[in-house]
Amino acid sequence: MAATIKCGGDRDTSESTMSVKKVLCSAAPLTLRIVAECPVTKARACDLTLPHCTVSTPVFMPVGTQGTLKGITADQLDSLGCQICLGNTYHLGMRPGPDLIEKANGLHGFMNWKRNLLTDSGGFQMVSLVELSEVTEEGVKFKSPYNGKEILLSPEESISIQNSLGSDIMMQLDDVVSSTVKGPRVEEAMHRSIRWLDRCIAANKNPDKQNLFAIIQGGLDAELRQACLNEMTQRDVPGFAIGGLSGGEEKDDFWRMVTLSTEHLPREKPRYLMGVGYAVDLVVCVALGCDMFDCVFPTRTARFGSALVPWGSLQVKQKQYAKDFQPIDPDCQCPTCRRHSRAYLHALFKSDTAAMHHITIHNISYQLTLMRSVRQSIVEGRLPEFIRTFMKRMFPSQDQYPSWAVDALASVNVTLD
Amino acid sequence: MAGGRVQLELSRVVQGRARLGVLKGLGRTGQHSLGIPGCLLYTHFGTVPHLTQETLHTITNLPSVTQVTLSHIAEHQEVLEEFKDGFKKFAGLHDTVLYCSLHDPASPCPTGYTTNKTASVWGSGGRIEVSAAKFMALQKTVQPDWYQSMADGETWQAGASRKRVRKSVDRTLAHLDECLLLHQKSQELDGTAVFGVVEGGDVLEERVRSARETAKRPVAGFCLDGFQTDAMDGDLRTQLVTAVTEELPEDKPRLLQGVGRPDEVLACVEAGVDLFEGFFPFQVTERGGALCFRFDIHSDLERAGEEVQPNGGPGCDDRTQATHFEVNLKDKRFQDDFRPLVEGCGCYCCQNHQRAYVHHLLATNELLAGVLLAIHNTSHYQGFFRALRDALAQDKLDLLKKRLQMGGEEN
Repeated sequence: MAATIKCGGDRDTSESTMSVKKVLCSAAPLTLRIVAECPVTKARACDLTLPHCTVSTPVFMPVGTQGTLKGITADQLDSLGCQICLGNTYHLGMRPGPDLIEKANGLHGFMNWKRNLLTDSGGFQMVSLVELSEVTEEGVKFKSPYNGKEILLSPEESISIQNSLGSDIMMQLDDVVSSTVKGPRVEEAMHRSIRWLDRCIAANKNPDKQNLFAIIQGGLDAELRQACLNEMTQRDVPGFAIGGLSGGEEKDDFWRMVTLSTEHLPREKPRYLMGVGYAVDLVVCVALGCDMFDCVFPTRTARFGSALVPWGSLQVKQKQYAKDFQPIDPDCQCPTCRRHSRAYLHALFKSDTAAMHHITIHNISYQLTLMRSVRQSIVEGRLPEFIRTFMKRMFPSQDQYPSWAVDALASVNVTLD
Repeated sequence: MAGGRVQLELSRVVQGRARLGVLKGLGRTGQHSLGIPGCLLYTHFGTVPHLTQETLHTITNLPSVTQVTLSHIAEHQEVLEEFKDGFKKFAGLHDTVLYCSLHDPASPCPTGYTTNKTASVWGSGGRIEVSAAKFMALQKTVQPDWYQSMADGETWQAGASRKRVRKSVDRTLAHLDECLLLHQKSQELDGTAVFGVVEGGDVLEERVRSARETAKRPVAGFCLDGFQTDAMDGDLRTQLVTAVTEELPEDKPRLLQGVGRPDEVLACVEAGVDLFEGFFPFQVTERGGALCFRFDIHSDLERAGEEVQPNGGPGCDDRTQATHFEVNLKDKRFQDDFRPLVEGCGCYCCQNHQRAYVHHLLATNELLAGVLLAIHNTSHYQGFFRALRDALAQDKLDLLKKRLQMGGEEN
């Protein structure tokens, strides 16, 4: 069943969307068309139209932290079929700074990227990278690692920087606590994230050009998650992220929080699961109803010579590949696999950084191709079959399937035998 | 035969020495050609530093000859032996002429390791000693279209004695004879061209003797070794190169090793050199520089001259130092400069990006900085060689020389 939901509101008078119209933002620059929904799982395939192009979901978004994707040119990224990538507000806010990027016609102009961009709030890096940070109701206070000056990243400041960056999707500043932390701090962070969401919405200078996504918090506590979902889904935002996960928590806790979130998120808005990028996690979480994903893993691991393949990964720098004249993945159609062997890449790692670029290209291609295949299987109504084949290829035997994945898939009616 | 199939067609010789022409019939099937004066494509193990085939091929008019060096290849001998089909195929280089040299012109190797029978190359795993037999075994696995014969090139350091220089000439000739002998017995090298190496340090008589003796052998061309930028000053180099080229047959190409600065290139072209190694843009890229010198010989020099403010004298001898042919994009003044690296440049970098962005990539130590600079610098340098050929064809060498003296504009 296909349904078009336009955030434009008044143009859409079809009966099926009348009921949801009230909760939609007034004029957000985002349209979500559900192309297909899996009859078995919670998965869906959508066309997510953003200011710079339409994104086919489920989608993996590569991370270009400092306005560049690790040695890959914008043209190369484009030709791999990437429709949206990430920039990091914390890094770009520090260097080269929002004023300069605004002068360069936003991050799109600065890095000359013609497709969509998503920027994070900067809060996560602040807490994970900067030692001297302190969270108060005002915002996150920290010392600049570049000049030692004390800086306050408030919700208003985060949105102001993201407005300067001009990203198609901005993320609210949230109060991030490690997913392994328990107790009252988690509840405080959840409530504060709701208050900060309201401040972010109010601070957005470009609601007609830039989408602001809310981030569901609540740690690993189902009640807190539920409370956060109840509050945030009442806000007039064009999309939601599931945050506070993928930080070292038990996978059993992780998937239950994901599925709880998608259960209560509105069907007609995109759902973005933050920080998830391992192939198995992607496939499972698509089945749990997530549309968008990002992770530094595929590009970071590439620089260490780790190539992603349908059976896991291949460490190109290992000696066993020195005389292996096959491509990384003989079935892969990426520019690296079409031209180069494992043996050449193995040797090139000793001579030039271009070796990293070859693996980065392969890994991005792997992630994007995987998501395209998942989407295709949803459209063709055969996602459960796809998942079974995928798992068989990924693991040498069934007893090696991670139990959390088996449980998570069973919860959406997919059995793996 | 060791002569290969290289044919040199000279269309002009200017002022008795500077040669304009085309090398034809290159490659095993003879379908490639290369204009001279020309420069080879510099690589690390078959890869232009920082670039994949997609980013490399954004550059138009790439030279048809790619250089690899044994210093990168030697440690992979066993792998290539098992592969059997030669380095080009191994490296995914489908459509190029392959030239294999002994050393990497951009990383000078330590001295004190050559003997009567061996030379040494430095790979990622350290020193590898190469005898003529091993050298030829390597060539058989590489299967290049051209290769530089084994040589003792240790005389570039200042203060090498006359005796040491003489020994290097003798050794290099002995190596050449041994290589040629082994070459003729190797089926794998049928159709491969050998370049004999002219040594002789800064001793004129030895230079002449080396050139004469090498020219007697059945080689396809000549490598002029020991002239690199830090080995001697420009006047002495020009004088010695002139003496050498006078001894060499007209119909064979002369490749000068280790010289890449545009003004030095031009002076050596005037002294009779045809080919250069393309490492200079790589060195500029590594220090965060963008080549910006002008080589346009068609526009009005006088008017352009008024705008030009050289960035400093050209008398800079240290190869790690910036020359006046480039700008240092790490400089803070570029942080809000939204112009392309070079106004009017058609390369991928200048068509798509601004100085401010490349400055940011350098400041944040991002890998894309090297990629974009490699594209621009390689493209700019190839443009210079095109201009050099045009200048020879149109008798505008002096105009080009004046342009080079101006270096980059004050940007």
